[in-house]
Amino acid sequence: MVNHWIIAPVVLPAMTAVALLFVPRGWMQARRAVSVASVVALSAICVVLWGMAQNGPQAYAVGDWPAPFGIVVVLDRLSALMLLAAAAIGLAAVLYAIIGWDRRGAHFHTLFHFQLLGINGAFLTGDVFNLFVFFEVLLIASYGLVLHGGGAWRLKSGFQYAAVNLIASTIFLFAVGLLYGVTGTLNMADLAVRVAALPAADHALLRVAALLLFIVFAVKCALVPFHWWLPSAYSAGSAPAVALFAVLTKVGAYAIIRMHTLVFADDAAGISGTLQELLVPAAAVTLALGAVGVFGSRSMLQLASYSTVASMGTLLLAAAGLGAAQISAALYYLLHSCLIGAALFLLVDLVAAGRGPVADRLLPEVPVPQALMLGGLFFLCGMAMVGMPPLSGFVGKVAILDGLRGSENAVLAWTVILAASLLLLVGFARAGSTVFWKAGTMALRSAGGRPEAMRPAPRRAGLVVALLLAGTAVLSAFGGPVLEATDATAAELLDRQLYIRAVAPAAFPPES
Amino acid sequence: MESLVASGIGILTGAGVYLLLRRRTLPVIVGLTLLSYGVNLFLFAMGRLTLDRPPILGDGVAAYTDPLPQALVLTAIVISFGMTALVVVLALRGYLDTGTDDVAIRQSDMVRDFGPQNLGHHPLDPQARRDAW
Repeated sequence: MVNHWIIAPVVLPAMTAVALLFVPRGWMQARRAVSVASVVALSAICVVLWGMAQNGPQAYAVGDWPAPFGIVVVLDRLSALMLLAAAAIGLAAVLYAIIGWDRRGAHFHTLFHFQLLGINGAFLTGDVFNLFVFFEVLLIASYGLVLHGGGAWRLKSGFQYAAVNLIASTIFLFAVGLLYGVTGTLNMADLAVRVAALPAADHALLRVAALLLFIVFAVKCALVPFHWWLPSAYSAGSAPAVALFAVLTKVGAYAIIRMHTLVFADDAAGISGTLQELLVPAAAVTLALGAVGVFGSRSMLQLASYSTVASMGTLLLAAAGLGAAQISAALYYLLHSCLIGAALFLLVDLVAAGRGPVADRLLPEVPVPQALMLGGLFFLCGMAMVGMPPLSGFVGKVAILDGLRGSENAVLAWTVILAASLLLLVGFARAGSTVFWKAGTMALRSAGGRPEAMRPAPRRAGLVVALLLAGTAVLSAFGGPVLEATDATAAELLDRQLYIRAVAPAAFPPES
Repeated sequence: MESLVASGIGILTGAGVYLLLRRRTLPVIVGLTLLSYGVNLFLFAMGRLTLDRPPILGDGVAAYTDPLPQALVLTAIVISFGMTALVVVLALRGYLDTGTDDVAIRQSDMVRDFGPQNLGHHPLDPQARRDAW
């Protein structure tokens, strides 16, 4: 019995996106209803898929063409976990968008679902070229979402964002070409078998392909020195779009973990060693730079952007060793980082909206309406982002520090993570006290010179942020079971024969 | 032939990278296009260079061209064509809206709207911003 549900997270957003195009222009409520219902259904499917993934990796051959000739979609614990994270963030982002952001440009919901399609496809695909295709799908949608709302800033940073990612896509194609030229296949499971059996003469070319792929994924996850596009793109984009982008950076991290536990796990070509040499210092510098960026930021958007950079640094520093405990901790931190990144960007949007022309700048002039609610949420966001108890940032950082114990990079990693946490703490404390405590009493004036009545943010919007924060609280309260799940995920990843056997039981020659 | 194809790819890629480093939008777009031409040729060559052979494997066919890179190149061409169109529109709108085709973002461009609902004051209106201070 073929399990067709595996392809559902790709098919459902695709159908929804197209269906939304046929909803007439004026029927905003209908469009919103379809969009939300689809994301809710997607979340339910992802929960079911997580249950199915407990039985080990399963492959779905699209059109019933056998691997490695046809396209395969593979569900295992890692992809199911990533799908769950994407669906959760997607749900929060769409709930925030229907409050009003989706009115400020055409086709927000269509682009949103195309983006979900790309993200889900990237998590599920078992083929390197299809990974490229799904990357392109999610990028095309994200260009549209960055521009949603219009304005000079969005256009300019949209161009930069598109140009950077187009260069990355070209490098991706060079890597794909090299991989095909060396091994004669692009199916990940088949690649894993053939890479292990590759003659030593081809190892140099394989290393080049692996490192080109690493550069592409590093651009996606904003690893130093490819981090500089993130603050400008994330600051310019509209809030619900950027909340969904919290998953986008994780797609890069996912791809690094997937490729290096499956395809390049065989160390004959020395790829794992090279990865360690590159990833550990790059992630450490990313974390440090993110923390310094948060410390020195002059606006809340910069604060949120650089804290995203810092969390990617933490995640990759944890995952760099590719040991079971390290991957497990990194995956837990990844879930946390998705939730809190999305929450922070939505919250900044709410705070800045109430402060009129001062917007998100870290200046104490203007009081914040609903200071208690927004300030409280900001406090909780800050705590989670920095890694203070009791929210999931703390559990994640403890798991990471524990996982790194005994590894050769332990001293460096511990030092950087702890020092960066202190810097983040000071940065968030400074920002929060400037905006919420030192707030002056200067009244906002409208264009006519009259004092303007403050319009409070809709309570529903605060509720969405609170929901995301509740998610991190749940991650923390059920830290034990969640960490057991990520442990199982890491163990499954490191036993790559499971994946290879699931994709093609007999087609490939057995690994020596 | 190998050296001809290899140097062709090299020249296209080199010219593309050079143009990418310019600071105006049009050269950057041309650079991206050259780069995608380079990579298409590269993908094509990765199926090994074969002359005058069908991309079909059948009975009695001893030599054939690998069809897979051709399919990859086709997909890559379609994607890069769409992307180029999008970037051209982006660059054009950016030039028309800001009066410059510099890729850098100026401080004065960095104004955006916030909030789930439009809250009265339009942040993109400079008059409203001045009055508010």
